[in-house]
Amino acid sequence: MHDDIKDSLLKKSRATRSEQRGRIISLTCTAIIVLIVVSIFYFVASKGLATFFSNKVNVWDFLSKSIWNPGSTDSHGSPQAGALPMIIGSFGVTLLSAIIATPFAIATAIFMTEISPNKGYKILQPVTELLVGIPSVVYGFIGLSVVVPFVRHTFGGTGFGILAGTFVLFVMILPTVTSMSVDALRAVPRYYREASLALGATRWQTIYKVVLRSATPGLATAVIFGMSRAFGEALAVQMVIGNAVLLPHNLISPASTLTSVLTMGMGNTVMGSAANNALWSLALLLLLMSLVFNLLINKIAKRGRI
Amino acid sequence: MNSKKWNTVATGILYFIAGVMILILAFLLIFILWNGLPHVSWHFLTTPARSFQTGGGIGIQLFNSFYLLFLAMLISIPISIGAGIYLSEYAKQNWLTSLIRTSIDILSSLPSIVVGLFGFLVFSIQAGLGFSILSGALALTVFNLPLLTRNVEESLNSISESQREAGLALGLSKWETVLRIIIPEALPGIVTGMILGAGRVFGEAAALIYTAGQSAPALDFTNWNPFYIASPLNPLRPAETLAVHIWKINSEGIMPDAAQVSAGASAVLIIAVLIFNFGARFISARVYGKMTGTK
Repeated sequence: MHDDIKDSLLKKSRATRSEQRGRIISLTCTAIIVLIVVSIFYFVASKGLATFFSNKVNVWDFLSKSIWNPGSTDSHGSPQAGALPMIIGSFGVTLLSAIIATPFAIATAIFMTEISPNKGYKILQPVTELLVGIPSVVYGFIGLSVVVPFVRHTFGGTGFGILAGTFVLFVMILPTVTSMSVDALRAVPRYYREASLALGATRWQTIYKVVLRSATPGLATAVIFGMSRAFGEALAVQMVIGNAVLLPHNLISPASTLTSVLTMGMGNTVMGSAANNALWSLALLLLLMSLVFNLLINKIAKRGRI
Repeated sequence: MNSKKWNTVATGILYFIAGVMILILAFLLIFILWNGLPHVSWHFLTTPARSFQTGGGIGIQLFNSFYLLFLAMLISIPISIGAGIYLSEYAKQNWLTSLIRTSIDILSSLPSIVVGLFGFLVFSIQAGLGFSILSGALALTVFNLPLLTRNVEESLNSISESQREAGLALGLSKWETVLRIIIPEALPGIVTGMILGAGRVFGEAAALIYTAGQSAPALDFTNWNPFYIASPLNPLRPAETLAVHIWKINSEGIMPDAAQVSAGASAVLIIAVLIFNFGARFISARVYGKMTGTK
C-alpha cells in the first residue's frame, strides 16, 4: 500500500539531498587541489631522485662540485652533475636583492603608514599595487635594455651577471615587500603609538622603538616572502644573468641560477637521459627551497602570534 | 645629538628614500610606456610576428594570450569557488583541514617554472597533449588555483555570521544558504580577486614555455571550427603568448627589430594589467551596487 506521509518521513528531503550534493561538490574541488600538490611532489621527486638512484650521482657531489656537464661522465663513470655554480648564483642574487630591497621597502612602508599616510594612500599604494602585477618578462626586458648596459658602462665586463640579476630582482620584489610591510605596520595597534608619544617620545623614537619592534615578525615575513619570489623567478633572471654555468668570480661575470639553467636546458635534453634527470634534480632543489621558505614564514607567523 | 635632532634627520632620510622609491616606480612605468607606445598601432596588434624581418606584429600572440586566459579561468573558477566554499563553510578545525591549508600555501609559493615543468611532464608528455593550449591552460590553472581559492575563502569569511543564521532559520539547507545568500553578498570580493588573478595569468610566461610552447603557427581567422588544425579555437595547437614572445625574441636574438617589438609588446602587457586593475575596482563597485541595491 502506498503511503505518502510514510514516504516523506523516511526519504531524504530535497534540502538534505541538495546539502549532500553541495558537500560532495565542494569537497571534490578541495581534493583536486590537494591531489595536484601531492602529484607535483611525486612527479618532481621521482624524476629528480633518479639522478641519485639510477645515474648514481653522489648527493654531496651534486651539492658541492662545480662542473656541470651531466651529459658526460667522470672517471668514476657517473655523470658530472655539480650544481654548485647554480646554487651560488641563486642564493647570491636572492640574498643581495633582499639586502638592497629591505631598507627601501621598510622605509617606504614607514613613510606610507607613519609619516604621510595621506600621500602614501593616494599615490604610493596604487602604484605599488600596480607594480606587483607587472609580468616578470617585462622586468627582464627592462633589465636587458637598461640595467645590463648600465652595468657594462659603470663596472665593465659584458654587463650580464649576478649584479644585473640583483638589480632586476630588487626592483621586482620591491613592490611586493613594500605592500606586505605596509600591512605589517598597519596591524600595530594605534594605542601603542599613542602610549609612546604620551610618554614624550619623538615620532622617530616611537617608530624605531615601538612600531618597528612590534611589527618585526610581519616585516620578516615580508622579506622572506620577497626572497622566495626572487629565488623562484626564472625568466627575468635568465635574461640578464648571462647563462654561463661557471663558478662566478665576481658580480659582473656571467653566471647562472637554478631557474635559468632549467629554463634553457629542459628543451634541449631527451626525457629520461642523465642530463635530463640532472635538470629535474635542480627542479627538486627549487621545490625543497620553496618549502623551506614556506616553513620559515609559518614559524615566524607562529612566534609573532604569541 | 639629542632626540629632537635625530627625529628631524630620520624623517628627512625617510622622505628621501620614499622619494627614491617613487622615482624608481615612476621611471619603470614611464620607460615602458614611453618606449613602447610609439610602436603600438593597429597594424602591430593585428599582424602575425616575423622571425627574420622587421615589421612583424603580435596579432597571433595577443589572441593566444586571451584564449589561454579564457580557458584557464574557465577551469579554475569553478574549482576555486568549490574549494573556497568547503574551506570557509564546511571545514572543521582538525588535522585534515590544516593539511589542506598547508598544501594550498605550498602550492601558492611554488616557483612558476616548477609548475611549468610539472605541466610539461604530466600534461604535455604523459597525457599526450603535447605543446598545446590545453596543457598551457591546465598549467595556468595549477598556478592560479591557490590564490583564487584563498580569495574566495576570505571573501566568504568576511560575510557576517548572522546572514548564515538567517538563512538556516528560514529553513534553507547550508548549501542553499551559501549559494543564495552568502555568495551573492561576497560576489564583489570574489570578482575582484578573479580579475586580479586574470591579470597575473595574462602576464605569466615561465609556466607556459614548456606547456603551451614557444611557437605560434599561422592561424586561419576565417575558420572557427575547433577541430580544424589552423583554427584559432583549436585547443590542441601550440600557442606562444605575448609574455612568452617577449622572452623568446629577447633570448634568441635573431629578429632584427626585437627591441622595438618587445618594447611595444611590454607596453601592451602593462596596459592590459592596468585595465585588469581598474576593471577589478570598477566591476566590484558595480556588482556591489547591484547586489546590495545601494545604487
